[in-house]
Amino acid sequence: MARYTLQRFVYMIITLFIIATLTFFLMKLLPGSPLQNQEKLTPEQKALILKEYGLDKPVPVQYIQYLGNLLKGDLGVSFQYDNRPVTELISDRIGPSAQLGFQAIVFGTIVGLILGIVAAIRHNHWEDYTATVIAVLGASIPSFVLGGFLQYFIAVKLQWLPVAFWEGFKYTILPTLALSVGVIASIARFMRTEMLEVLSSDYILTARAKGISQAGVIIKHAIRNSLIPVITILGPMTVNLMTGTLVIEKLFAVPGLGEQFVRSIELNDYPVIMGTTLFYSALLILAVFIVDVLYGVVDPRIRLAGGKK
Amino acid sequence: MEKILQVNDLHISFDIHAGEVQAVRGVTFDLYKGETLAIVGESGSGKSVTSKALMRLLPTPPSRIKQGEILFEGKDLTKLSEKEMQSIRGAKISMIFQDPMTSLNPTMTIGKQIMEAILKHQKLSKDEARKRAIELLQLVGIKNAELRMKQYPHQFSGGMRQRVVIAIALACNPKILIADEPTTALDVTIQAQILELMKDIQKKLGMSIIFITHDLGVVANMADRVAVMYAGKIVEIGTVDEIFYNPKHPYTWGLLASMPSLDHKDTELYSIPGSPPDLLNPPKGDAFAPRNPYALKIDYELEPPMFQVSDTHYAATWLLHEMAPKVEPPAVVRERMERFADIVARKGGKPRG
Repeated sequence: MARYTLQRFVYMIITLFIIATLTFFLMKLLPGSPLQNQEKLTPEQKALILKEYGLDKPVPVQYIQYLGNLLKGDLGVSFQYDNRPVTELISDRIGPSAQLGFQAIVFGTIVGLILGIVAAIRHNHWEDYTATVIAVLGASIPSFVLGGFLQYFIAVKLQWLPVAFWEGFKYTILPTLALSVGVIASIARFMRTEMLEVLSSDYILTARAKGISQAGVIIKHAIRNSLIPVITILGPMTVNLMTGTLVIEKLFAVPGLGEQFVRSIELNDYPVIMGTTLFYSALLILAVFIVDVLYGVVDPRIRLAGGKK
Repeated sequence: MEKILQVNDLHISFDIHAGEVQAVRGVTFDLYKGETLAIVGESGSGKSVTSKALMRLLPTPPSRIKQGEILFEGKDLTKLSEKEMQSIRGAKISMIFQDPMTSLNPTMTIGKQIMEAILKHQKLSKDEARKRAIELLQLVGIKNAELRMKQYPHQFSGGMRQRVVIAIALACNPKILIADEPTTALDVTIQAQILELMKDIQKKLGMSIIFITHDLGVVANMADRVAVMYAGKIVEIGTVDEIFYNPKHPYTWGLLASMPSLDHKDTELYSIPGSPPDLLNPPKGDAFAPRNPYALKIDYELEPPMFQVSDTHYAATWLLHEMAPKVEPPAVVRERMERFADIVARKGGKPRG
C-alpha cells in the first residue's frame, strides 16, 4: 500500500506539471493583457509595469521563471488584488467554495442513493418512474438555470430564503440545491441500474434462500455491491461540481474561489489564473485518489490485489 | 416410507407481454424421508421453476402459482405468507444453485455468509454461530476452516465455493435440500467430489434431496427415484432402476438414447429431433407427440393420463393403454437396457430400488 501510494504521488506530480505547462501557454494565447483597461497609463508607464512583473520577456523565459517559482512554492502575486500573493487569495476564498461543494456532494449523494435504491426496489412502479423523471430533469437542466428558478420562486416570490450573498447557513441552501441536482441525477441513475443488476444476481437468490427478509437482503447484500461502480463516478462528478461552482458562485454572489477565478480570467490576471487552475487540478487529482482508496474499502477483490505488492 | 413433501397438481405460469407462459402444468410427486429424488429434463422443461416454486423463490409478478398445493409438515406452502416462508427457507428447506462462481456475495466473508443463515434461524450467540460455521466448513471438507472463515469468495476455487454453498444450505440441518444443477458448472473431477460429498452428508444427516439435473450420469450415481419432466409435466416417474432398465415413455427412451457412453459405437450421438413446444401456446394432446416417432393418433387429441407400471413406476403415454399397439423401444435403448442388466449381473448384485 505504501508503494502504491508513493507511485500515485509521483503520477500526481507529473500530471500537475503537464497541467501547469498547458495552462501557461494556453493562457498566454488569450487576447489582451492585464493592462488593457488602464487607459490613464502612458505607454512608458505600461512598459515599466510589464518589466516589473517580467511580462516583457519572451513567453518561454516567463515559463521557466514561473516553474522555478512554483518549485519554491511561490505562486506569484495578483495583478488586480493589490499585489496580494496568490496563495493568500486562494486561502481567503476557499472557505465558501469548499463548503458549497462539500454540502452539494454530500446532500446530492445521499439523496441520489436513496432515489436510486427506491427506484430499483420498486422497479416499474410509480416510485421508479418518479425517480427516473427526476434523474432525467436533473441531468438535462444546467445548474445555473435551476439556480435562477430557485432564486425567482423561492427567494423572490415566496421569500423563504435569501436571493444571494454569503451571510450564514441560510444563504448556502439555494446554491447547494442548485449544485446538487446534477449529482442527484447521475448518482440516482447509476445506483438504480446497478441495484437492478445486483438484485437479479445469484447471490441475492442465495441470501433469500437462507430465509433473509427482503429488507435484510437489500441492506446487507445488495447496497454494498451496487455501490462499487457508483463510487467510480464520484471522481468525474467532483470535476462537474467544480466547474458548476464557477457559475453558481457568480449567480449567487458567493465570495468563493470560482467567482474570483472567473474575474481573473476576464482581467488576464495571469498568476491568479495559474494558481487557481493548479489548485483545482490538485484537488481533483486528490479526489480521484480518494475514490481509488474507497474502491478498495468497498470491494475486497481490489483491496487484496493491491495488498499483495 | 414417510412422506416429507407432497406436491399436488402444481401449475405455475409467467405473465409476460405476449401472454401467459405455462411453465409448469400440473406436477405431482411425493418426496420421502431420506431419499434422493432426481428431476431430469431438458432446458425449459420446468424443472428449475418447480424447484424454485417449492421455496417460493420465484418473483411474483411475473410468476404465479395458478393452482395446486405443496404440503410440507401439514402446511400448504403455496398459502403461507412471505414472513412464514422466511422461517422455512434455509431452516427446513435449503437450496443450492448451479453456479458457485456467482452464488456467493463477493463483498462478504465466507464466515459471515454462513453465520447469517445460522443467526437468522437459531437462537445462538455470535460466538456459538462462529463455532457452528467452522464445524460446517469442516463437514464439507474445507481445511483451515478458521482462516477460511475470514476470506472472501474470490479466494476460493469453484469446487471450494460450491462446498461453501453447501455448508450454507446445511447450516440449520434442513429436512429437504434442493440442489438445482449443483455440479453443472464444475469440471468433471470436482463434480465427482461434490457428488460424493453430498451423498456422504445425506448419510450423516438423513435429509431428503431433490436433485435437479439434465445429466443422466449424475442421476444414475445419485438418485433413488427419478422424475422425468417434459414441457412442464412429469411424463415418467419411478425408481432409478425402473427408469434406466425399464423406461416406458418414448421421451425417456430418447433421453437414454442420447446419453453418451464409453463404448459408444456410432460416430454420431443420438439426439431427439425437433425442439420442445412453446409453452405460451401449449399444444393440444401430448406435448411430446410432434417429436415422438411412436406417436399415436390419440396423442394429438388427448393428453395421456399417468398409467401405473408398478407400485413405484408411472408413465404418461398412451402406449401403455391396453388398446395401444405393442411397441418395442428403439434398438439403441434396448441394447442399453441389456447392457445395464449385464453389468448388474456381472457385479452379482441386484438392481437397486
